[in-house]
Amino acid sequence: MADLHFLANPARFRRFSQRVLPGLTFATVLGFAVGLYLALLQSPPDYQQGETVRIMFVHVPSAWLSMGGYALLAALGASLLVWRHPLAALMARAAAPVGACFALVCLLTGSLWGRPMWGTYWVWDARLTSMLLLFFLYLGHIALSRAYDDPDRGDRAAAILALIGVINLPIIKFSVDWWNTLHQPASIMRLDAPAIHPAILIPLLWMAASFLLLFILLVLVRTGTEIDRRRLEMADHLS
Amino acid sequence: MTGFLALLSRDLRLVWRRPGDVAVVLAFFVVATVLFPLGIGPQANILARIAAGVLWCTALFASMLSLDRLFAADHEDGSLDLLLLAPWPLELAALAKCAAHWIVTGLPLVVLAPLLGVSFGLPPEALIALAAALLVGTPTLSLIGGLAAALTLGARRGGALLALLALPLCVPTLIFGAAAIDTLMTGEDLLAHIAILAALALVALATTPWAMAAALRQAGE
Repeated sequence: MADLHFLANPARFRRFSQRVLPGLTFATVLGFAVGLYLALLQSPPDYQQGETVRIMFVHVPSAWLSMGGYALLAALGASLLVWRHPLAALMARAAAPVGACFALVCLLTGSLWGRPMWGTYWVWDARLTSMLLLFFLYLGHIALSRAYDDPDRGDRAAAILALIGVINLPIIKFSVDWWNTLHQPASIMRLDAPAIHPAILIPLLWMAASFLLLFILLVLVRTGTEIDRRRLEMADHLS
Repeated sequence: MTGFLALLSRDLRLVWRRPGDVAVVLAFFVVATVLFPLGIGPQANILARIAAGVLWCTALFASMLSLDRLFAADHEDGSLDLLLLAPWPLELAALAKCAAHWIVTGLPLVVLAPLLGVSFGLPPEALIALAAALLVGTPTLSLIGGLAAALTLGARRGGALLALLALPLCVPTLIFGAAAIDTLMTGEDLLAHIAILAALALVALATTPWAMAAALRQAGE
């Protein structure tokens, strides 16, 4: 925790991220090179799903990161409201669109996978619906943080929204699960019903790790951009 | 508590002296609901099937529409600054504003919805279930909407943003509210649904006043 407080200073964070970024970029590229090789060439096609199972290697990590991203927004929101860390606001501003993109990638790849597997691009399945609602929560956060002339006000309003959203997410998830089981039987084949064979699990974990590195990389770069933008605005203000 | 009651009666008196504001919202509710049979067609079985969902959705929209001005008028004329300076908790003030909003828009919706339900061909016991579900569910809409109104106070494009923030958070209430009326067809327990709606209202009651007060303090800075 002390180290995190140390990084709360934007200038120190800038120096830290500039030291970390080259190595992180290299690790991300390497991770994707190995992960994509394992996922697209090395792993066997599924006996039921055929080659379409490879969509999962993009779909599942995006789903994990979009959920983790919202938890990150809530944690950043809490640290902004409690400690008033200036960096938390900038990082939340940087992370929200990244998380929203991962949620969108998850929805799009899921729908592309659903077309050959379920015979339709979209079903009102509980998981699909709660991911869609998570995407809407991200959109609300992005829109609110940019809706004010005074950026600080937008940051703090969005922080409150992220905290309320994270309390509500389990309730939304529960009610959507309940809603779906009432209206249609659980007829849909689930990926996770059988235990995943190592031949597929290992590429999946490689891809998940690579996506995590990509997420961190994007958030660090975008946070740097937000710091620069805020500085430019301040300079504009003073001149 | 006296402050709570004073603010509540002040808001109610303000509405009483300008009843047009509320009438417009209720008229919107009726007109929007009536559009659905016109768009879908007059088949009685389809209308009875979708009535619960349609009435809940239009009640939600009507509730959002009227929330836009919940704190804005006080913000503009300076009353909000006095509330911030008042010696009693801002959480209670926010709660009083939401309570006033619910009495003014939520309760009339509870009365109006069964009348509209008759035109959709709902059976009498479904009308009672509808009124009961709305009575327990609409406070949640006022509370979550009040939070969205506090968060968007002074923002650009406030109205549309308010709906974008509040609607996803209202999904649980919508699901259980509409399902409560379906229980008569599926043979499930109506009281269980009402109890979940009440639980959702209590969660909103326990969490949103703090968030509303935090948002209003920022708006006052």
